[in-house]
Amino acid sequence: MALKAVNGGDIPFEKSTVSGPAGPKPRPMVSARNIIVYGTLFVAAVYYLIPLYVMVVTSLKGMPEIRLGNIFAPPMEITFEPWVKAWATACTGLNCDGLSRGFWNSVRITVPSVVVSIAIASVNGYALANWRFKGSEFFFSVLIIGAFIPYQVMIYPIVIILREIGIYGSLTGLIIVHSIFGMPILTLLFRNYFVSLPEELFKAARVDGAGFWQIFLQIMLPMSLPIFVVAMILQVTGIWNDFLFGVVFTRPDTYPMTVQLNNIVNSVQGVKEYNVNMAATILTGLVPLVVYFVSGRLFVRGIAAGAVKG
Amino acid sequence: MTGQAKAGRPFKLFRNLNSKIASIPMILTAMVIFLGGTIWTVVYSFTNSKLLPRLNFVGIEQYQRLWAAPRWVVSIENLAIYGILSLIFSLVIGFMLAALMDQKIRFENTFRTIFLYPFALSFIVTGLVWQWILNPEFGVQAVVRSLGWTSFSFDPLYTSEIVIYGVLIAALWQGTGLVMCLMLAGLRGIDEDIWKASRVDGIPMWRTYLFVIIPMMRPVFITTLVIIASGIVKVYDLVVAQTSGGPGIASEVPAKYVYDYMFQAQNLGQGFAASTMMLVTVAIIIIPWAYLEFGGGRKRG
Repeated sequence: MALKAVNGGDIPFEKSTVSGPAGPKPRPMVSARNIIVYGTLFVAAVYYLIPLYVMVVTSLKGMPEIRLGNIFAPPMEITFEPWVKAWATACTGLNCDGLSRGFWNSVRITVPSVVVSIAIASVNGYALANWRFKGSEFFFSVLIIGAFIPYQVMIYPIVIILREIGIYGSLTGLIIVHSIFGMPILTLLFRNYFVSLPEELFKAARVDGAGFWQIFLQIMLPMSLPIFVVAMILQVTGIWNDFLFGVVFTRPDTYPMTVQLNNIVNSVQGVKEYNVNMAATILTGLVPLVVYFVSGRLFVRGIAAGAVKG
Repeated sequence: MTGQAKAGRPFKLFRNLNSKIASIPMILTAMVIFLGGTIWTVVYSFTNSKLLPRLNFVGIEQYQRLWAAPRWVVSIENLAIYGILSLIFSLVIGFMLAALMDQKIRFENTFRTIFLYPFALSFIVTGLVWQWILNPEFGVQAVVRSLGWTSFSFDPLYTSEIVIYGVLIAALWQGTGLVMCLMLAGLRGIDEDIWKASRVDGIPMWRTYLFVIIPMMRPVFITTLVIIASGIVKVYDLVVAQTSGGPGIASEVPAKYVYDYMFQAQNLGQGFAASTMMLVTVAIIIIPWAYLEFGGGRKRG
């Protein structure tokens, strides 16, 4: 790969010590130090890429070829049949319409969950940043501490609440659950962002007679595109990848894609079709992967932002 | 914004009303779900609820039964092994990758993309891929054997004693990218002058890292530690996808115990007791951290 062009494979001209002072002297591209650095990074990169390679390769093979060869061998005859089967006809429980059902369920779960959770959290963050009232910081503290409580502790009370309201098992219920558990990190994110905006803007708007919602919609929102994008990336990947809430709060016909995938692959009956399984696995990972590759730097920033809690 | 317009309003409650109305979802979530739900679960963990939650208190019976159950004990052992090792390895690997990435290398974006992409994938996907790679008939073991080393044996997912290490491999693949990212951010936050000074003094690079840089990155390390630790306690999907807790009960984890007892075995009391134990575990991790971070009157850096 491109690395070879850097290291060239030549023996380094000069003895450069690994820890040597670099100073203003330009560093030679080929040196013992570079070989160690790039070599290690390259080996690590291979380790991280192997599973992706294995997934793709396996999904393009036919079953006879899988039984014969090893998982690292490239396919001799490329076939897209496993992909078609994974998408359209693989069986999960009673349904045999493949992952397509789960895919659309996941879309129907993710889109409203992302919109609702971001809408609620942004208003929360705005209230906490600009319109504090007695007790607001206390509720916020409870919310942040709540982020550390294992979900398992709160799941059953939520089941009861949703059942009492009559939406247990429906997508609405799951959307509410995602909005609840997305709230701590997102609220923190938005609160910190709104606090960092210049206060003069807010004061000027107040003097002009603007109220709570007016300031939010006309002044804060237009200035907050970056943080909304970050929140969206966090939520889309998080909710799409969720398994626990999906399995607890939905029924088989409303299962999200992750739950369906697990059911397809870990079903006990029948011959294990590894190629279909791997195609199904890629299909399920595709949405977050696309989000990740498209958003690149923003994804990193989103992780850092979501990670710096407390 | 508080404290203004004290006069002329009939009730304190109506001051700043819009903000309070807008905060209702947050207040409900904090008080009803996070606080109320937790208290509810803890209270019901002292009852003998079976299919339905009932307030029939039996003291600590559920906890006695919990700790007498081999499956729970195995779960805790697994969590301990998995937790300690994944903390150590993800910090070490993550930091080393970050240190390498910080050497003003080319293709930094490419490498970062490669190390981090697994983090975008769900634990279910991660678990299934590694289940496939570690499959003894087709995976790593078969490949090495086909190279001529026929006695080679590497089937962690099918051997009770080491199955948890198989889970660990997958978890590290998924999570080290995140640690690397955080560490890299921490390294970038360190002043160039520190490096210059240590070069002038002729201190070898590894010593500078160990005795100067790492202590300076304490806040980053603590944040990372808390993130990894709270993720470890919740580990569930990965085990479900990769081993379903097997072989036998060899790779059970507490989160799975809770789910199985609440939603499959219809033994709610056990589920509540087990989840309360999870809560206690998290508290043991979080309270010292919160004390260190916010207790000493020291500002976070």
